[in-house]
Amino acid sequence: MTVVTGTGTREVGRSRTRLDAREKLRGEAMFTGDMEVPGMLYGRVLRSQHPHAEIVSINTSAAERMPGVAAVLVGRDLLDIDPYYGHAIKDRPIIAIERVRFSGEPVAAVAAEDEATAEAALAAIEVVYEELPLVDTIDKALDPAAPLLHEGPIRPGLFHGLGNLGERDGNIGYRYRLDSGDVAGESAGAAFVTEGEYLFPAVYQYAMETHSVIADWKPNEIAIWASCQHPFLVQAEIADLFGLPIGAVRIQVPYLGGGFGSKSYTKMEPLTVALSRKARAPVKIVNRVDESMVTSRRHGMRCWMRTTADADGTLLTRESRFWLDTGAYMDNGPRVTATAADSAPGPYRWRAVHIDAMCVYCNTAPSGSYRAFGATHLQWVAESQLDELARKAGIDPLEMRRRNLLRPGEPVRPDGSGKPLDADLIGDVERAAAAVGWDEPKGPLVGRGVSVGLLAAGAHPVSRASVRMRADGSVEVSVGTTEMGQGPRTVMAQIAAEELGCSSDRVRVLGADTRFTPYDRSTGASRSTTLAGKAVQNAAAAVAAKLRETACEVWDVASELIELRDGKAAYGDLEMEFSEVIAKRFGFTGGEIIEGGEVRPMGGDTGSYAEGPVFWEVCVAAVEVEVDPELGKVNVTRTATVADVGRAINPLLVERQDEGAFMQGYGNAMFEEMVYRDGELINDNLLEYRVPRIQDLPRQMTSIVVENEDGPGPHGAKGCGEGALAAVPAAIVNALGDAGVPITQLPLTPERVWRRLQDLSEPQSTEELT
Amino acid sequence: MNQHHEVRLNVNGTEHTVSVPPRKLLVDCLREDLRLTGTHVGCEQGVCGACTIIMDGQNVRSCLMFAVQADGASIETIESLASGPEDLHPVQQAFVDCHGLQCGFCTPGMVLAAKSFLEQNPSPTDDEIREAIAGNICRCTGYTFIVDAIRTAAERMAGEEAGQHV
Repeated sequence: MTVVTGTGTREVGRSRTRLDAREKLRGEAMFTGDMEVPGMLYGRVLRSQHPHAEIVSINTSAAERMPGVAAVLVGRDLLDIDPYYGHAIKDRPIIAIERVRFSGEPVAAVAAEDEATAEAALAAIEVVYEELPLVDTIDKALDPAAPLLHEGPIRPGLFHGLGNLGERDGNIGYRYRLDSGDVAGESAGAAFVTEGEYLFPAVYQYAMETHSVIADWKPNEIAIWASCQHPFLVQAEIADLFGLPIGAVRIQVPYLGGGFGSKSYTKMEPLTVALSRKARAPVKIVNRVDESMVTSRRHGMRCWMRTTADADGTLLTRESRFWLDTGAYMDNGPRVTATAADSAPGPYRWRAVHIDAMCVYCNTAPSGSYRAFGATHLQWVAESQLDELARKAGIDPLEMRRRNLLRPGEPVRPDGSGKPLDADLIGDVERAAAAVGWDEPKGPLVGRGVSVGLLAAGAHPVSRASVRMRADGSVEVSVGTTEMGQGPRTVMAQIAAEELGCSSDRVRVLGADTRFTPYDRSTGASRSTTLAGKAVQNAAAAVAAKLRETACEVWDVASELIELRDGKAAYGDLEMEFSEVIAKRFGFTGGEIIEGGEVRPMGGDTGSYAEGPVFWEVCVAAVEVEVDPELGKVNVTRTATVADVGRAINPLLVERQDEGAFMQGYGNAMFEEMVYRDGELINDNLLEYRVPRIQDLPRQMTSIVVENEDGPGPHGAKGCGEGALAAVPAAIVNALGDAGVPITQLPLTPERVWRRLQDLSEPQSTEELT
Repeated sequence: MNQHHEVRLNVNGTEHTVSVPPRKLLVDCLREDLRLTGTHVGCEQGVCGACTIIMDGQNVRSCLMFAVQADGASIETIESLASGPEDLHPVQQAFVDCHGLQCGFCTPGMVLAAKSFLEQNPSPTDDEIREAIAGNICRCTGYTFIVDAIRTAAERMAGEEAGQHV
């Protein structure tokens, strides 16, 4: 842990306790599922048990006649609107229309006076299906004879942000290529070559709170309370779907019980609104875990990669082709695909790179964002090839990285586009390696591994915020960032308090209500502290300027001589409480100062947002493992992750985020896997889909906070909380390779590791998929 | 199926009589009938521990019981822990001070599990603390700060206890 003394700042750099802690600890914090609105009905969803079928008929009359049932919604109720949505590609109907494309797809929904009645009504709905050929895997989807899951021209969504989405190619819905240099020519004389195929399973974000929505449709206004990470994007999509101006859709976001990407973009909101519209009453839908598991997940992946180096370990070329299983609908697939492609070369110098990334429709539940998406998919593949080359060349893996890693200021993308490297990666990986005893002697079946990667972070840099100082000197920050555990309410209060010269105790940070809260693009891509935080800082600075303006009028001195500290304006020995300043400003015991702050790609004080990404999030980890040869069990004995945050606004919150990302990376690497059989998710519950418990985790976990003040956010900050998730699986795989057990498929279950050990002990072992 | 049953519950020191259908879960009864929404519904399988309450002195998963099974029981939920509207129980205070929470969804269950554990074992080792919360899942943290919080609470409560005996 880096000790931060907060030099020159009073709030920033201090580990303030969470401002939301009391509410959460006393059981008073409200989540969407805790809320009730007057006249509210309860919604339940009938989901298809077939992964691919035509809907021949739906008979809802028995369900409609049941006492207590207010409405039954099916596809034909949506004939008066264009019912397709999708922020990237408009490919998903609000509820199945004539065809189902995944097991779990909503086919009908019931609103009733209580949940039990709604559930009973679902059982009374008769649906006749005619099964269609199943396209449940990437391989089947790519077969030229496979049925097409979507046809016709691609309809771009409101927020794909990826330029031209290109043409549909069979079941490939999105394709992204990176090309630079002549791979064949540059690799012709390579001394060392490594090539392989890799498999990564679909995994589930498992936010403990499932997707929850209350919607109240009225002809001229739709009110929504939702567990959503990106309320402003949902607001615009709902307005678009239901034909209202954006401002007529009001979304309020209570606390979220975790997100991790599962609640990014639009999820259960359109269906809940449509059901409310049919029922003419507010409706609440709270998913069960099995329903949330078919609402969002991480893409499964098949990947081929080839990397070459010359005799002294200098990297030459990298080629990769990979296919991501996006499920029945695109959701955030295009962005995940592009980000994965960005991660494929890794932060190294190359003579030539060729990356071909494809996002493939399958008859599985839709995949979207999951913390560190793309980077988590590719970093373990890319980094394990680097280690393999190092082994072949007889070079220490850490030395291999020193020789090839980019230095600050060098271009990251092979074609030279976008933001150059803004971090000291060699310093970061050296610290991580040292923390797991890199140079210490080690016994048999003990291995150590490092991994280094970058994640294009920040999404689109558009954030606004307002800061309001009331007549009593208390402060409210209004910012659209969703609190889902990361602690933005505390951090935003610290950022505002720093500008205002007061304690964060007097600052309240309000949750998003799109009627009042200024626009913020989204809560994801590690962007909140950097971008929304910058908007808060700008707004607070504008309030501070007003305070100074009034104080200098009162004292008749230049405003730069006025200091704001301890909740007072001060000039020499003269002091005024903020409340007094406001009273002087208005000549009255009321009034307020309210100012806005803005971050946008162009203009403002930070031109650097224009080139994208906003910053490169550092993904660095080191791990030590011990393999039990009898059981195939991998014991992770020591770990270190690096949170390279520029400046830690709240160091303990940074460590908490980093540790949480470690834990999820550990789960993703070691045992998490969504298991499908014939298109059906068969482990759709927490008993069979295991997430890390305390007993699973290593005893020695080190979180290294690095502060080089090189970020584009307030006080040189940049985001964190995702990097470790991408870095940890790669470091574990590399440590396992170092222990003599190279693996090309996740998760690292004891059976898989044990079988690999048996293969390796056979005289003629092969390098085929394990 | 819809015939309701009268169930008597002492919840957080207050006697309640609620009329519930036979298959209503205890957690739903607490949340819907008594509006005590601090007890959260997570996996509904008894795996995650978010719905942990203390019933007759024992940790119980309120998603694995019908309300009718709790007839006559004494129940403590998270809402009962602090003695006043501004207070925090020492376990809660330690969670604040050690940053032992993030999203807060598992937190009430985690705090109740810790509280009843510390009543049985006031000076635990870290291994015993880990064992005590092994049935409560947290997806945000890496658990280490939760262990720190429980250890801190134990030390503070032992200190207070010692103080009272001086």
